[in-house]
Amino acid sequence: MLHLLSLRALRERLQKREVSSVELTKHFIDRITKFSDLNAFISVDEEGALAGAKEADNRLNKNESGNLTGIPIAHKDIFCTKRLRTTCGSKMLSGFTAPYDATVVERLANAGCVTIGKTNMDEFAMGSSNETSFFGNVKNPWHTSRVPGGSSGGSAASVAARLIPAATGTDTGGSIRQPAAFCGLTGLKPSYGRVSRYGMIAFASSLDQGGALTRSAEDSAIMFNAMGGFDPKDSTSIERPVPSVNELLDLDLRGLRLGLPTEFFDDSVDAAVLGSVREALQILEKRGARLVDVSLPNSAAGIPCYYVIAPAEASSNLSRFDGVRFGHRSEQADSLLDLYECSRAEGFGEEVKRRILIGTYVLSAGYYDAYYLKAQKIRRVISDDFKKAFEKCDVIVGPTTPSTAFKIGEKTQDPVSMYLNDIFTNTVNLAGLPSLSMPVGLDGLGLPIGMQLIGRFMDETSLIGTAHQFQLDTDWHERCPEDFS
Amino acid sequence: MPISENDVTRVARLARLRITEAEIPQYQAGLDGILDLVTQLHESVTDDIEPMAHPQDISLRLRKDQVTEDDERDLFQECAPAVESGLYLVPRVIE
Repeated sequence: MLHLLSLRALRERLQKREVSSVELTKHFIDRITKFSDLNAFISVDEEGALAGAKEADNRLNKNESGNLTGIPIAHKDIFCTKRLRTTCGSKMLSGFTAPYDATVVERLANAGCVTIGKTNMDEFAMGSSNETSFFGNVKNPWHTSRVPGGSSGGSAASVAARLIPAATGTDTGGSIRQPAAFCGLTGLKPSYGRVSRYGMIAFASSLDQGGALTRSAEDSAIMFNAMGGFDPKDSTSIERPVPSVNELLDLDLRGLRLGLPTEFFDDSVDAAVLGSVREALQILEKRGARLVDVSLPNSAAGIPCYYVIAPAEASSNLSRFDGVRFGHRSEQADSLLDLYECSRAEGFGEEVKRRILIGTYVLSAGYYDAYYLKAQKIRRVISDDFKKAFEKCDVIVGPTTPSTAFKIGEKTQDPVSMYLNDIFTNTVNLAGLPSLSMPVGLDGLGLPIGMQLIGRFMDETSLIGTAHQFQLDTDWHERCPEDFS
Repeated sequence: MPISENDVTRVARLARLRITEAEIPQYQAGLDGILDLVTQLHESVTDDIEPMAHPQDISLRLRKDQVTEDDERDLFQECAPAVESGLYLVPRVIE
């Protein structure tokens, strides 16, 4: 079964010419069509994908191939693509085709990937359940009455359902790791500045970071290696090379100190989630890792801090959507102010408007110091907590989310309860650190449980390496939701 | 409710978002809940803490002041809702 193979296995088959890229691409397009009920894709580019696959086959025939030549992938619909429309899950951009490719899109194309399509997502990446998408919610393949998580919900559902071998995502407060946890995947949010943000539609620029949703740590290493690295087009890009795939995977766990923050292991977390995380830690201990207690005393301030900073930056970033240069334009505007106000009112959904309003509020005269400046100070305190914890350990571990995937519709009426989903993930974005979620078990309902690993700035190697060593001893990452094998 | 109808109207105007009378209560309730959450910030003591605007405490990279791109106006205007002779069209501003 081609769709069950890892990136490495697919590469071997392609290079030995046991399968062609065209066959592989057709196989995945057939699966996307067959399982279109999941609503994981916003656009599928059959014609473009098959043309790309043919080209890849030519290169494979001439032995000119790289790590990913001929392998189909999908992009979260937040990455600009020249060939295909880029909607960001919004009515605002439902008719938008970008004049250029994002750096991530370009790099993966240069690595030989065949882009099959663009995946569904929460509108402008604002959500934790993929329910704010203008294109409808996405179903979790493990349990179709449940959410896949968000905002990279379409990428997570499609990789989990084996509709695509790997997909890109973005993470501003947990948007790669939380859906990875809910769908039983390995999801990496690299350090801030590792992966270029050029052509990635901005939500909160000091927090956004691109990454990939994959089925294993090995696949994660391959994708990260192809996507990451310095890009002169992104002013915050870091001038350091990405480690090789082997460097990312070959980690000796002996002596590695895993820090368990007391704040991440409390009663607010489901017992099944905590149980699976503890079992996973025992397996890592057997491989030589040491467990140490650490503390992140200001974690609780993470959510309020994040929900000031992220909306503030969003309100500024989203001011570019004015009905003039791109995106939706209202038909019923008589004046310039009308044009701005009506285009934005018609083009944005409710959650996006709510965040623009709260962001505008905290930045407005009289409230700036009390909210925005205060949040920036707490951001420093949170970042310092991590630095202190990393004096005692090499990797911080804990549950990715307090619970497994919740029901569709369960939290849509209460934005604050939705926000609390990011409680363990969003402090990582505030500090700009790398972090990975990997599957470590299933709960009583058969829903995946994710464990989060947080590393020092620029140390993705310890995260991917730890996850890979864990996956050599376990098979949680190979579990496939029933009906999709 | 700490957020008044006036607050919603004021902020919506600053954000250039048209909100109808009927929508005000819904946004008022939403903002109120979020503000309640973020007001927990005030419980933390942050005396003498330097605000952190960005995860990289370094100055941004500079480049030489050189033209690096060609003029691609036509390409960039292809996705615009209304253009004429290379100009973006908006409702009349000056009579």
